[in-house]
Amino acid sequence: MRPAAIEALTAELARTGNASSLHAAGRAARRTVEEAREQLAAALGARPSEVVLTGGGTEADNLAVKGMFWGRRAQDPSRRRIVVTAIEHHAVLDPAFWMAGHAGAEIVLLPVDSAGRVDLDALAAELETSGDQVAFISVMWANNEVGTVSPIADVVSLARRHHVPVHADAVQAIGQLPVDFAASGLDALTVSGHKVGGPHGTGALLARRELALTPVLHGGGQERGVRSGTLDTPGARSFAVAVDAAVREQPELAARLTALRDDLVARVRAAVPGALLRGPEPRAAGAPAAAANRLPANAHFTFPGCEGDSLLYLLDSAGVQCSTGSACQAGVPQPSHVLLAMGVDEGDARGALRFSLGRTSTAADVDALLAVLPGVVDRARSAGLSTLTARSAR
Amino acid sequence: MKVLAALSGGVDSAVAAARAVDAGHDVVGVHMALSRNRDQFRTGSRGCCSIEDAGDARRAADVLGIPYYVWDLSEKFEQTVVADFFAEYEAGRTPNPCVRCNEHIKFEALLDKALALGFDAVCTGHYARIELRPDGSRELHRAADLAKDQSYVLAVIGPDRLARSMFPLGDVASKDEVRAEAARRGLGVSAKPDSYDICFVADGDTHGFLRDKLGARPGDIVDAEGQIVGAHDGAYAYTVGQRKGLAIGRPAPDGKPRYVLEVQPITNRVVVGSAADLAVGAILADDAGWLAGDVEPPVGIGGVPSRDAAWFDCSAQVRAHGTAVDARARVLPGGRVRVELTGDPGSPGLRGVAPGQSIVLYDGTRVLGQATVGATERMTATTEVRE
Repeated sequence: MRPAAIEALTAELARTGNASSLHAAGRAARRTVEEAREQLAAALGARPSEVVLTGGGTEADNLAVKGMFWGRRAQDPSRRRIVVTAIEHHAVLDPAFWMAGHAGAEIVLLPVDSAGRVDLDALAAELETSGDQVAFISVMWANNEVGTVSPIADVVSLARRHHVPVHADAVQAIGQLPVDFAASGLDALTVSGHKVGGPHGTGALLARRELALTPVLHGGGQERGVRSGTLDTPGARSFAVAVDAAVREQPELAARLTALRDDLVARVRAAVPGALLRGPEPRAAGAPAAAANRLPANAHFTFPGCEGDSLLYLLDSAGVQCSTGSACQAGVPQPSHVLLAMGVDEGDARGALRFSLGRTSTAADVDALLAVLPGVVDRARSAGLSTLTARSAR
Repeated sequence: MKVLAALSGGVDSAVAAARAVDAGHDVVGVHMALSRNRDQFRTGSRGCCSIEDAGDARRAADVLGIPYYVWDLSEKFEQTVVADFFAEYEAGRTPNPCVRCNEHIKFEALLDKALALGFDAVCTGHYARIELRPDGSRELHRAADLAKDQSYVLAVIGPDRLARSMFPLGDVASKDEVRAEAARRGLGVSAKPDSYDICFVADGDTHGFLRDKLGARPGDIVDAEGQIVGAHDGAYAYTVGQRKGLAIGRPAPDGKPRYVLEVQPITNRVVVGSAADLAVGAILADDAGWLAGDVEPPVGIGGVPSRDAAWFDCSAQVRAHGTAVDARARVLPGGRVRVELTGDPGSPGLRGVAPGQSIVLYDGTRVLGQATVGATERMTATTEVRE
């Protein structure tokens, strides 16, 4: 966490007062929450009344998917289609498919190309043929695994013509890319605290005031009635401090990490034969920051012939912490649904590694990675190729 | 040494890993995911395959302060252990999936991967002892606690893999001692129930599991003379020696209970007879593998033994928790072995031995080798087994 966010959190933890209470301590807490809301709104180009505080990004995504579906259906029962890209985070895909199983939703999965870019023609065709049945569209601002930045403006402009609201999961984008809710034309947007140096378990859904949103959590009616629960005053303040700092630092950080990432990509390609960069080829240096097609901090490779769990173990034991895509609940690395949607075959998808850079990453970290990576890949390849050596199964 | 400790989530593997840490090894914990579709919670006496078990393994690694990873070996498990399980039952044989898992998964897929990644050995919570010979080679022996001894299911791993294995629980006096040690070390699994059932068969219902995969295949139950005495839904569901679950309409002439003597997959018939007909006098077994170099026959050109191997005395065990009986054995060409029971005629001997079971040969507590039962010869008849 950012020191300023820790300071804000710990200062508030010592204070009493429920922000919904009417006595002096409650009013003080309410003031803190509302100032945090205003700070968040200002940082993200939203109005304070558009900020619905949640317990993290996953909850915000669930509120968006379920709340928008039910809200739209209440207005027009024929709107049962949920249009999502095939590379959404599970926090969007899983509630969408849950709604298909439990609430009569129909899922339309938008395909992506080999770089993870959403197929706008497929979206246009869907809206042309079934636009009056679409409840909403959800397209992530930038993909968490391969870093692809979505053409949000194009999606919004297509959706507008058919009066279909659009949600974007922007958890990965805040602090990496410029994000302005009002300018984007989006109807709802998910933010998370822990990705920007704020506390885990904090987040928000930015939702336009006129958006029909059915509550998912019921109770005391907090957060304009769509998200009940005693407000987390320390979390709200710390979250707002972190988002504000991340947004202010974004231009400088993005430029620095882009250069560091480009260096990492070039050196991995040179040092490891067969390493394949997945996701879009980063634009050449000097392109305007607003035109970034890939998250500045993201580099993602597949290493054919290697198992992700071998790479993970070998790098972990060499002091390099990276990610092999998403792990299931038991901790088994699964072939990524993002890579599979991009057309990567299952064998290659198993040898995937994501390197994420952060505020504290330096050139020395890239040097340390390159010092061990070629040997690690060689060793993982030999382990990956081990076959049944004794008598095989009868 | 750099040691990979296989952590099932149970108490034995956790204590084994702890002992490897105490011995000064550089230990890394690995939990094998053997199923793609795991249940959230452990049910019945299956021991390793739920997400809860993976969580228990992770907590054990936390307490021991060792790194922890999950390796997905589910595909290989499906291709070897599970596929073999179905194929063997379908062929009228009785497989031992725990033996096949040790052969193909724990001491092959896992061990090979560990060695390739730079480990020196794999450590498990099996109850068996390894003894070093003066020449540096290793002997596999029964565990000190004979009630928990698992040398039977380990005999298949062969000398090269035994050389890369560690069984730190071979010397413990009892499972209670392991549980007490786990509690002393603060391992939360100290009171976790033992596992007995086949890990990939839900509810322990082997018959139902086979029927779901292989379907109903109605056929006849016949006596030794070929008279139809009943009907069945699938011969694959029967095991030699089985008494329960036989739908027999006509009582036996002698009024005594009847047992499965033979499963005939081609004619889809189940042959039944008396308990006396189950007594086995000799066993011809295939795919022999030896842990004791002095038993292996001298191999000549083309892999054929250059001379007839001699008979040697041993004891033979055909079930994981069965007792061993006195026998003599002789190695035959083609990786086969003939075992003849030599116990006195009054002893219980071996009853109801099914093709597909593992037969393990011992010299005292020492494992000599193992093979897979191919055919049996009754005490009274001698026509069925040809060498």
